[in-house]
Amino acid sequence: MPGSIKINSFSKSYGDILAVNNISLAIDPGELVGLIGPDGAGKTTTMRTLCTLLVPDAGEVLVDGRDVRTNVAAIRAMLGYMPQRFSLYPDLTVAQNLNFFADLFGVPPAEKAERLQTLYQFSKLEPFRKRLAGALSGGMKQKLALSCTLIHTPRTLILDEPTTGVDPVSRREFWNILRQLRDEGVTILVSTPYMEEADLCDRVAFMYQGRILAVDKPAQLVHRFPYKLYEVSGSDLQSLRAYLEDETDALSVQIFGDRLHVSYGPESALIAPAGAESVQQIEPSIEDVFLYLMQTSA
Amino acid sequence: MSRIFPIIIKEFIHISRDFRTLIVVIVLPVVMLFLYGFAINMEIQNINMLVLDHSNSPESSSLIRKFSGSDFYTVLPFDGTEAEIETIFANREADMALILAGDFAAEHARSPETTVQILIDASDPNAAQAIRNYTNTVIQFYNMAHGAKPSFEITPTVWYNPSLKSAYFFVPGLAALILIMISALLTSVAIVREKETGTMEQILVSPVRPVEIIIGKVVPYIILAFLDLIIILNIAYFVFDVPFVGSLGLLIFCSLLFIFTSLSLGLFISTKARAQQVAMMMALVATLLPTVMLSGFMFPLSSLPAPLRVLSHLVPARYYLVIIRGIMLKGNHFLQLLPQVLALAGMAIVLMVVSARKFKTNLEG
Repeated sequence: MPGSIKINSFSKSYGDILAVNNISLAIDPGELVGLIGPDGAGKTTTMRTLCTLLVPDAGEVLVDGRDVRTNVAAIRAMLGYMPQRFSLYPDLTVAQNLNFFADLFGVPPAEKAERLQTLYQFSKLEPFRKRLAGALSGGMKQKLALSCTLIHTPRTLILDEPTTGVDPVSRREFWNILRQLRDEGVTILVSTPYMEEADLCDRVAFMYQGRILAVDKPAQLVHRFPYKLYEVSGSDLQSLRAYLEDETDALSVQIFGDRLHVSYGPESALIAPAGAESVQQIEPSIEDVFLYLMQTSA
Repeated sequence: MSRIFPIIIKEFIHISRDFRTLIVVIVLPVVMLFLYGFAINMEIQNINMLVLDHSNSPESSSLIRKFSGSDFYTVLPFDGTEAEIETIFANREADMALILAGDFAAEHARSPETTVQILIDASDPNAAQAIRNYTNTVIQFYNMAHGAKPSFEITPTVWYNPSLKSAYFFVPGLAALILIMISALLTSVAIVREKETGTMEQILVSPVRPVEIIIGKVVPYIILAFLDLIIILNIAYFVFDVPFVGSLGLLIFCSLLFIFTSLSLGLFISTKARAQQVAMMMALVATLLPTVMLSGFMFPLSSLPAPLRVLSHLVPARYYLVIIRGIMLKGNHFLQLLPQVLALAGMAIVLMVVSARKFKTNLEG
């Protein structure tokens, strides 16, 4: 199974805090899986364990069919990991960063030039080769970090919130690169706090309070939402929300930007309340599903 | 092992881009040498001597001329009362007073072993001691010239630093202080910086081995510290005229050993500290104070209280001071310095082994 990931009943705690609570997840080679969840869900702990940077307390964690406890060197050689924080050298140029990681991962000199050329092309960083990494924009920094991660052509990529704090255009560009890599057969596990990025993954794993609540294709996930969902807009969302929560049998009322998502069981329906500018029944989004799963898990 | 080289190169790029490190490495030793070498001066010159000559005789004038003829004394004739001397001492206008009684000439004629009164401002005991010795000598010469026969004569011959120049003593000591500070400080900060900024996480997921990271991180600072050694030795020899009696090769060998011990100390600190500030404080506390107080840099080890004297065995500079003073001033050869060399090597090995074991290859703990 080149590049596959297999997690079986994995748990990890820091002192008294249970960071990851008995999760299981299997990722096939060449699959792009998104790990989605709020801060503190256990995403980073899971990823660091996959990268052999943390040791599991319980359960089995395999990368490329190898145990992260015993096969540290072999896994590190075939895996690419991009930590959450920008972890390159700001006082080195783009080219010096790439060269350093190429040498660190033992990329043979004969292949290095070609490899760098490919990476420059897809990251469009070539014109900035001599710029200090610290002087790059957020999006370019992330592309450089990804390039450094890819320098040794890893079969498995672990990316910890690579698009956090990056502008929307650069984020789209970044995801295009990820899907391109997936098409080349690289197994990718990527975490993100952005729900809309879930749709770009082959499968999505929802993580919350150390547990995985659901794993499925984005299109399938929305079918897990068991209620009727209405979108309500109005000028005074707070009082609309209070009214819907107190005076109707709404199961949940969530604020989504400038509108409300209100869900009802099959027996009830929403009658447009006073003050509502528009009411319409809609298909649930991934975020609706996640909020539903979070509520029901508590 | 091929991964050591890229780490070394990267470290040099960091250093070349970090103006402050370069300042610390090159300017600090020079400033410290000049400050200590010129400002701290334990030699006594310009002794201001009040002279109350109640005798006013050819004999007393002859004695006073002995002092005024010397390079060390500035004779200040004084005809006030003895009570006024205290005010003059308090105002630091004189360091000592020589009082010749009215019957000085008569006494001297009767017996050449005359007594005179000397008052010394001993608020600085070291200086007072030196003044007393100088003055005694001058008076003794005077008495002997007039027929006194001392029961025996003490003629001290001071070896290795015959004119007791402070610089000969301080400059080699400063070499020890500068080398251990620079080495321990820079190494620990360089490693902790990677932990703090998260780049260590990125390095650790590569197939690089801990020993390769350690060597790659340490080698550049060996080179920097060696550069400092060259600067220090040149200033010592050409500016302060510190003699160089022994073998330069042996000194360089021993200095590299000392630098290596200091770097190991820095490495050990880096396994404990998580933030650069903490590493910096730890490095300073571990090097500056012990090196100044407990190594024989300023105060002789024999004058330390017993518990501190025991503790001083853990201070690397203690051994290096014996080595560098031994080689530069005495021309010691290798076998004479073997115990010190072995002590330094032992410390380096223990610190290295402990640090290499403590060096985490993951983020646990």
